[in-house]
Amino acid sequence: MPNAVEPPVASPSSLQDAYALLAKGGYRPIAGGTDLMVQLTGEIGEPPERVLDISRLDRLRGIERNAGWLVIGALTTYTELRRSPLIAELLPALAEAAATIGAAQIQQRGTLGGNIANASPAGDTLPILLATDARIVVGSGRQERTIPATEFWIGYRTTARADDELVLRVEVPLVSDRRVRFRKIGTRRAQAISKVVMALSWSADGRAGAWRNVRLALGSVAERPIRAWETEAILEGARPDEETAERAVAALAAEIHPIDDVRSTAEYRRAVATRVLHRLIREEGSR
Amino acid sequence: MSYRLQVNGEPVEVDAPGMRRLLDVLREELGLTGTKEGCGEGECGACSVLLDGAVVDACLVPICQVDGRAVTTVEGLAREGVLNALQAAFLETGGAQCGICTPGMLMAGEAFIASGAAPEEDAIREAIAGNLCRCTGYTKIIDAIALAAERRRVPG
Ligand SMILES: Cc1cc2nc3c(=O)[nH]c(=O)nc-3n(C[C@H](O)[C@H](O)[C@H](O)COP(=O)(O)OP(=O)(O)OC[C@H]3O[C@@H](n4cnc5c(N)ncnc54)[C@H](O)[C@@H]3O)c2cc1C
Ligand code: FES
Ligand code: FES
Repeated sequence: MPNAVEPPVASPSSLQDAYALLAKGGYRPIAGGTDLMVQLTGEIGEPPERVLDISRLDRLRGIERNAGWLVIGALTTYTELRRSPLIAELLPALAEAAATIGAAQIQQRGTLGGNIANASPAGDTLPILLATDARIVVGSGRQERTIPATEFWIGYRTTARADDELVLRVEVPLVSDRRVRFRKIGTRRAQAISKVVMALSWSADGRAGAWRNVRLALGSVAERPIRAWETEAILEGARPDEETAERAVAALAAEIHPIDDVRSTAEYRRAVATRVLHRLIREEGSR
Repeated sequence: MSYRLQVNGEPVEVDAPGMRRLLDVLREELGLTGTKEGCGEGECGACSVLLDGAVVDACLVPICQVDGRAVTTVEGLAREGVLNALQAAFLETGGAQCGICTPGMLMAGEAFIASGAAPEEDAIREAIAGNLCRCTGYTKIIDAIALAAERRRVPG
């Protein structure tokens, strides 16, 4: 059966034309369509009045290193992230995350910009962006502006992006000797919507083995992807030993508020999140 | 709107709303009913086709994004009535039972073989992880893809 709704669509080939259409209002962008086409079946939320196909906006493509930044275009697909030598060198955790998203068909079409704008609390790349101090560049006919990831997802499926703005690219600061780890606990093998997703980053302090600049971010444990600030404070300056792991796990359990869909699910998610963190710290400690 | 694309090597022009799914254009406008609809939500892979050689779910692709591009469906695999290597391998190993998943499996398998990756079980499992099969338990499908991939690497 065809889609219940087939809203009119425009496919501009320049950013200026795209901005002019967005300024008129009522347009919802489509990038890879792996979220939007499902939403169009009408089961999820109000269908858009009009659709703006942004797939021809080549300025939203490409992965490059620019001075101290890794710059990733919004239209970059998961397949491209997995195959990119730059990502493998500078942020392999993002390639690892991309490999867990859906299966081949989804990875060929789904984009980083779509994951960011769709703002699901389970969006798998979002904790990595939070844990690496990434910033998201959005643009409209009015201006371009840069939003820190920590200020981008502000509520349940709500972002700091205005309706007439496009996500253009992501900029990740490159920090020497930063480690980034990604963990995802899902239900099924592939195509899994994560139950808990976690990204942890830190710099190792050579002499003492203590962790500095610790960032811990999680998905699927709140109404939006979050940083776990209290747990970070415990980990900052500490060494990854058993005592640290115990204290961090206690802080995390108190700090997160998994979505209360089914009570047991919330409890399960809390248990999984703490277990994953404990194991991650101990793994690093025994290296 | 009118869109021009290549389907199984032939140029076609279709007149359809831009947000119509590639799946509906193939099945209803072009009469290519080999591509199946299972879930309509990207979960089952029954609608898998190749878009410029990459495997995608046709239920998630709006026709406006196919303008100027090349689509291969299961109808494009056999040449002059002769099954291609992967189709023949499915018959040999018993990789098809009820057949609902088969067109999609063949397209995912084609994409895997074309990638040139070594036909190891884990890699094949990953390549077809977006294609659900209720009948075969996957083993015979994996065998078929491995067999066709081997024959491709060692011709004859
Ligand atoms: C079977 C299946 C499995 C999936 N598995 C996972 C998974 O494991 N993990 C996961 O995180 N996600 C998963 N997803 C969800 C989806 O694939 C991702 O969120 C993907 O990144 C969305 O990107 P897209 O380009 O397809 O977005 P689209 O569907 O094109 O767009 C999604 C939303 O973002 C908006 N948008 C897109 N790009 C922009 C932009 N540049 N500027 C402004 N707004 C924009 C659109 O208007 C729309 O509201 C899955 C989806 C399916 C169907
Ligand atoms: S019908 Fe397209 S993936 Fe199921
Ligand atoms: S053969 Fe029946 S679903 Fe695969």
